Amino acid sequence: MNIPGNLLYTKDHEWARIEGKIAYIGITEYAQHSLGDITFVELPKSGQELKQSSYCATVESVKAASEVFVPLSGKVISVNSQLSKNPELINQSPYDQGYFFTMEFSNAAEKNNLMDAKAYETYLESISK
Amino acid sequence: MPIQYQGILAEHLHTRQAVSVFDICHMGEFLLEADLAESGLDRVLTQNIISMPVGSCRYGFMLNDKAGVLDDLVIYRINENKWMLVVNAATTADDYKHLENHLSGLSRLQNISDKTGKLDVQGPLSLEVLKNIFGKQIENLNYYTFAKFSFEQEDCIISRTGYTGELGYEIYIANECAKKLWDLLLKDERVKPAGLGCRDTLRLEMSYPLYGQDIDRNYSPLAAGLAKFVDFNKNFIGKEAMLKEKDSGSLKRLICFKADSRRSPRHGFAIFDQDKQIGIVTSGSFSPSLSVGIGMGYVLGDYPAGSSLLIKGNSIEIPVKVVKKPFLVKNNSLKPAFLKQPA
Repeated sequence: MNIPGNLLYTKDHEWARIEGKIAYIGITEYAQHSLGDITFVELPKSGQELKQSSYCATVESVKAASEVFVPLSGKVISVNSQLSKNPELINQSPYDQGYFFTMEFSNAAEKNNLMDAKAYETYLESISK
Repeated sequence: MPIQYQGILAEHLHTRQAVSVFDICHMGEFLLEADLAESGLDRVLTQNIISMPVGSCRYGFMLNDKAGVLDDLVIYRINENKWMLVVNAATTADDYKHLENHLSGLSRLQNISDKTGKLDVQGPLSLEVLKNIFGKQIENLNYYTFAKFSFEQEDCIISRTGYTGELGYEIYIANECAKKLWDLLLKDERVKPAGLGCRDTLRLEMSYPLYGQDIDRNYSPLAAGLAKFVDFNKNFIGKEAMLKEKDSGSLKRLICFKADSRRSPRHGFAIFDQDKQIGIVTSGSFSPSLSVGIGMGYVLGDYPAGSSLLIKGNSIEIPVKVVKKPFLVKNNSLKPAFLKQPA
């Protein structure tokens, strides 16, 4: 399972990549694999204010629909417009081309509520038992 | 049978473009020796079986006396008085009891599900692949006919039938040979294994009903839009109720609808006409061939093709349009390539 070292993770299998004041948001390899072929994604709007752990997006696969929760509080800057036509990018490249949106996060201290790669890996092992 | 092997979308498209094998061993099969005139078999089924030539098969229903569908099934005429019935796995035990109750004492009914394996080979290349294993005479099978073939010195039955809308074959074979045949089929690099997930999306694109979801004992074939598999010129259990329903115009009807987006309607979502709930989604999915959400469900009222409706569920709203079935219109897909007219 691919768990990049430079990301922060949630228990709901979202990730955040911090670049200065901006965070890229997406779902993990584990999440895309459990969902199966992703066929649709509903993203938040640019400018939308989101609170940590609140609903931010829906992903639909052939099998089911799932809600996605935002790892950090802040304002949505831009969404990944590629996903509306090619949601399979989330399956193919969950940490890169399949990111969901970027946001300007408002409270850096919230990062402490997230897991680093090592902690997420341990968490995945614990839930797979 | 697994939900998927390499992924539902890839398996779906491979079946439409090449050929897949499905492990359908869970289905129920009955062997029946029954004289047409005295057994009562004709009364138990809605399809006309008297006119069936030996070597043909026919789709239809077993109904209760309220015309509710107990099961949908395909009957095979093996000889004048010998039949095979292929029924759904979940209903096998109840179907057996129903047949036992309604067939005369002289008929011999045998549940052969446990010793019968079933592999479906479906897709435009299915004939080419099976010719290599079973020989050229498989070319002679017309749609909804079958014949005996042999594999590893064991008899098997192959019919040109399926649940995908593609050219395809269903193979009934002794359990102990099924695994060998599966492995041999997969040695052909054109063939890939396909799971239950794409079996569902493939059948839904063709608007084929799934028993327990789109049809069950609460609805008649009339409500489900499947009256063409009912022969009203004969007597059958449920006929009276169906005729009554026909006269009164049945209350609920199964409709097909297509989303204007990639969003999937799902089983159990509500169907709305503006602010009024008119029904429930029985089957819904993303259509891999059409790249939009599709579904079907029973509604109260008359909603012809083109009507705009709204599907609601899990705080999702999906605008849809009623369409005629099937969702996927295929040109001659059920015919082998050599029979197709040049475009």
